[in-house]
Amino acid sequence: MNEYADLLIIGAGPAGMSAALAAASTGAHIVVLDDNPLPGGQIWRDGPQASLPNQARQMRERLQANSNIRHHAGTRVIALAGAKQLLVEDADRGWLIGYDKLILCTGARELLLPFPGWTLPGVTGAGGLQALIKGGLPVQDERLVIAGSGPLLLASAATAKHNGAQVLRIAEQASAVAVAGFALQLPRWPGKLVQSFSLLDRHYCTGTHVVAALGNERLEAVRLRHQGKIVELACDRLACGFGLIPNTQLGQALGCALDGSALAVDAWQTTSRTGHYAAGECTGFGGSELALVEGTIAGHVAVGNTAAARDLWPSRARWQGFAKALNSAFSLDPQLKSLAQPDTLVCRCEDVPYSVLSGHVGWREAKLASRCGMGACQGRVCGGALQYLFDWQPTAPRPPFNPARVETLMCLDDTPPV
Amino acid sequence: MLDLIMDGRALKVAAGTTVAAALALAGDGCSRTSVSGQRRAPMCGMGICHECRVTIDGRRALACQTLCQQGMQVQTRP
Repeated sequence: MNEYADLLIIGAGPAGMSAALAAASTGAHIVVLDDNPLPGGQIWRDGPQASLPNQARQMRERLQANSNIRHHAGTRVIALAGAKQLLVEDADRGWLIGYDKLILCTGARELLLPFPGWTLPGVTGAGGLQALIKGGLPVQDERLVIAGSGPLLLASAATAKHNGAQVLRIAEQASAVAVAGFALQLPRWPGKLVQSFSLLDRHYCTGTHVVAALGNERLEAVRLRHQGKIVELACDRLACGFGLIPNTQLGQALGCALDGSALAVDAWQTTSRTGHYAAGECTGFGGSELALVEGTIAGHVAVGNTAAARDLWPSRARWQGFAKALNSAFSLDPQLKSLAQPDTLVCRCEDVPYSVLSGHVGWREAKLASRCGMGACQGRVCGGALQYLFDWQPTAPRPPFNPARVETLMCLDDTPPV
Repeated sequence: MLDLIMDGRALKVAAGTTVAAALALAGDGCSRTSVSGQRRAPMCGMGICHECRVTIDGRRALACQTLCQQGMQVQTRP
């Protein structure tokens, strides 16, 4: 059973939801795809140990109430299937979706950098731990160290504490000067100022980064470098993430140009490919407020309502200012490039160590020689890490973009070659 | 509450619990064995890293993006 959408939206986080709702008033037939069980993206994730903010709940209800919006949860894009058609798969079946306009709201993922011991059970991403806790992971009375960079560390710590964990240390790699400089700018965005006060934690240390995760079968302790000195903390979990990187893979496969590491868009959220738009974190990290505005603009533009889109430009500019301040404050210390040791695994899917990769000149050569980036995650983790470590630009992905079933791939049988 | 079987062991979880969380509720939290034989556990929590891939009712799935269902059988070892 194949499907057609006037407007296809990939991702049901803040950007994707707001894009669908903005476009819906025209009566266009809208399909929203998302790989999570419920709409809301990473920021609006509910579960047995989380509750949704009102705005998210209302947007979810409006999405459901709109008869011309169809939401496919738990669905991933597997391949391009000819011009303006995608092969997708959910838990039960694969099928093709054709479209006229497409909005990419594919979000961002955490930058996870390799360090000794990072593959031990007990080590997660920083946002990763928050997501797992919201989904019901028990952390009551566990000792946690949270490390890496950016405001997500504080948000993750808050969720962990709320669920009974003992947070021993929040290790921010940025300097005290950089973080204070950022904090001083916060009054420009009063909501953010209030939010940051609510997240303050006495265990927050700047100029501190992880050196190694220690343990045999699972994590037992963390070694940190705190303003030049080495400290070791016995703990049950380490949540470590170094900020967010845009998910550009699908956009790249569709031929959309990049601007740095994000999808390039103009003032109308249009990518370099006609009829293809992008909004939210896949166009650069900026937070949910920016994603909501960008999504609304993209939704309006995709159905031809440019006047409504233009009205939102000032609001977008305001949140772009916040994103700029944030990204410069939490820029990464070059010392982090030397965390991995020769035997540290960099590619976690194919278990490829740093020593095998360090002699290569680029991503493609390293892949061909070592299978790095050729496992289940298709380089989403090691590709981001190697871009940071060696400046290797990951190439556009090749299908299948995600592991898929043979029955799904057989749906391509009767389509002309791409 | 929902009943599931995790590597042959019975487990009860609250509705809305992800399979990734159920792994920790059932035991050591591990989801798979890597190509060099290391045990691994969910890492990114958001469907990116594929560390949490498990076999659910005979099909491979990401534990962090799958909600527990009544009667589900989950396997973390080949």
